[in-house]
Amino acid sequence: MPSFMQEYNSSVAPALPQLPKALTGIEGLDEITDGGLPLGRPTLICGSAGCGKTLMGIEFLVRGIQEYNEPGVLMAFEETGEELAANVASLGFDLKALQDSKMLRLDHVHVDRSEIEETGEYDLEGLFIRLGYAIDSIGAKRVVLDTIEALFSGFPNQAVLRSEIRRLFRWLKDKGVTTVITAERGDGTLTRQGLEEYVSDCVILLDNRVIDQITTRRLRIVKYRGSTHGTNEYPYLITEDGISVLPVTSLRLDHQVSNNIMSSGVPALDDMFGMGGFYQGSSVLITGTAGTAKTTLAASFAEKTCVQGQRCLFFAFEESPQQLLRNMKSVSVDLKSHVDAGLLRIEASRPTINGLEQHLVTLHRLVKEFKPDAVIIDPITNLITVGNIAEVRSMLTRLIDFLKVSGITAYFTALVSGRGQQQEMTDEGVSSLVDTWISVRDLEGIGERNRGLSILKSRGMAHSNQVREFLVTDRGVELLEVVVGPTGIVTGASRLTQQLQEHAQTLAAQQEADRRDRELERRRRVLEANIANLRTEFESVEEELRQINSHEQTRQQTLASGNQRIAAANPPRRNAPTDGENDR
Amino acid sequence: MEPLLDPTDNPEEPTGPEYLLHLYITGATTNSTRAVRNIKEICEEHLKGRYELLIVDVYQQPELAQEKDLIGVPTLIKLRPGLVRRMVGDFSDRERVLKALGVIPPASIIGNE
Repeated sequence: MPSFMQEYNSSVAPALPQLPKALTGIEGLDEITDGGLPLGRPTLICGSAGCGKTLMGIEFLVRGIQEYNEPGVLMAFEETGEELAANVASLGFDLKALQDSKMLRLDHVHVDRSEIEETGEYDLEGLFIRLGYAIDSIGAKRVVLDTIEALFSGFPNQAVLRSEIRRLFRWLKDKGVTTVITAERGDGTLTRQGLEEYVSDCVILLDNRVIDQITTRRLRIVKYRGSTHGTNEYPYLITEDGISVLPVTSLRLDHQVSNNIMSSGVPALDDMFGMGGFYQGSSVLITGTAGTAKTTLAASFAEKTCVQGQRCLFFAFEESPQQLLRNMKSVSVDLKSHVDAGLLRIEASRPTINGLEQHLVTLHRLVKEFKPDAVIIDPITNLITVGNIAEVRSMLTRLIDFLKVSGITAYFTALVSGRGQQQEMTDEGVSSLVDTWISVRDLEGIGERNRGLSILKSRGMAHSNQVREFLVTDRGVELLEVVVGPTGIVTGASRLTQQLQEHAQTLAAQQEADRRDRELERRRRVLEANIANLRTEFESVEEELRQINSHEQTRQQTLASGNQRIAAANPPRRNAPTDGENDR
Repeated sequence: MEPLLDPTDNPEEPTGPEYLLHLYITGATTNSTRAVRNIKEICEEHLKGRYELLIVDVYQQPELAQEKDLIGVPTLIKLRPGLVRRMVGDFSDRERVLKALGVIPPASIIGNE
């Protein structure tokens, strides 16, 4: 990985005396060895049968030629040149062409006990001469001696052989060629013939272990004189591109972070997050028991990611792509169009098909190839079938690290078993590694199961604390509104009952209100009628009074005129006749 | 000193001597000089007049080392008679040399009269 190389380079910069090293070009090995094998010195690669010792040797040569332009000599004691060429042709190594271009020289040393008669003192100068000749003829910088121990079967005089092999390594060192010597693992020792005594600079041990019927190859640097190196056992693989030592756990937590938000694909779920989704480049874990729509949620996320024009890589460990497409279509999550558009890639395989490390490498390869913005693994729990918990955890740690460093949003689903407390735990214990953890579960009530969703954690943002019931409908995942009953949030049938009850209550309240309105109206009308009555009464009274008043006036006038008449009749009599005359 | 004699088995038997031996040495090292001395003695003693011995210094012709598949030095390759045999060492173990050459019985019957 480039980041490691940078690290290596930067550590060189302060001009500390560093052992000169030859880059192997083998994926991952240069990182563990902190820059390659010791330059100009022999390195011993030992391991039992089927570990890929020869392959590692050949790859060291071929990569040296192809990437660093360093010619190499391969001295094979067990297989002929043709056999070796045929063996590695499948990895794209064309030994014939390299030989023709004078970058590689292949020498098969045939050792046959029955053909050799020892007749006295001898040395292995013949071997030295042919090796020296081969090195000088092409100016080789790298030499591989493939299983030099084969000599022990041909030459019974061990004392001579040992001193000669010691001399050979010394001689190779003096020649300044970087040498790889392969050796078969011995019983209780690193090599069968104790070659490690002679090669003291760098010893790499390859191991092929079968645990629970699954083989994992591991590599360990037993020693590396004068240099720091990774001390762990690193899994490695033989892939179609050669050997790949697994990218190690990144030792530092200094990856770049993004403030961009990615939608979960379910709008109501987004609303539960303070920022409206997940941070880009974060890792999301969905845990839940069987049948809690984990895959559907994952697919919704995939769809949403693709709709936004981003790329998504979906690892399905339980369903075939066709099945996944069909099933998701039924909940109107249309993945097919995105697959066709090349935004979505579904990789389906049974977890047991490979060892864990192979899965990890496949993942790495696809991520590098496809460059997705999001990676979904559904479910990670299935990986447990191919490794023990510690291994799965370490693999997932590395995976999460890798995705984080690459700024890829990781979306995992995990099946949890059991009920109660254990639902808050994942078998792999990865929950502490992830940034966002969503739990889906069955809310089993009386006679029914409902699905509930809650956010257990979400680093770096506020989130809802509610358990939300959700439905998987033919329109996708739908979160239902929160309904609070007398004893808390209610779901399913209780929810319906609660809703019905509430409906009835509101209806009753409405009716009551209506009734009150009508009553008021009635009373108003009654009062108004009363008012009208009173007004009529008032009017009649008023009229009566007015009548009385006018009668009184009339009476008064009459009285007054009567008085006048009386007055006129007495003193002013003159007027009286007039009046009288008038009266007449 | 051209050791490239391919048809070594039968065809040229009438013309060449009975024994055809190629000895590969490395310069004047102790083993090499001793080997030359020993083999010459053995041949003179047991195969007088019946052999052809070719001595090759591999230092002079390093390409031969691979061609002849040399590992230990000195190496004597017996090309004739019978099966091709290789002997490694300075020939101080005479009995083995003679057996391997087929001069004395147990090793092979073919060369012995």
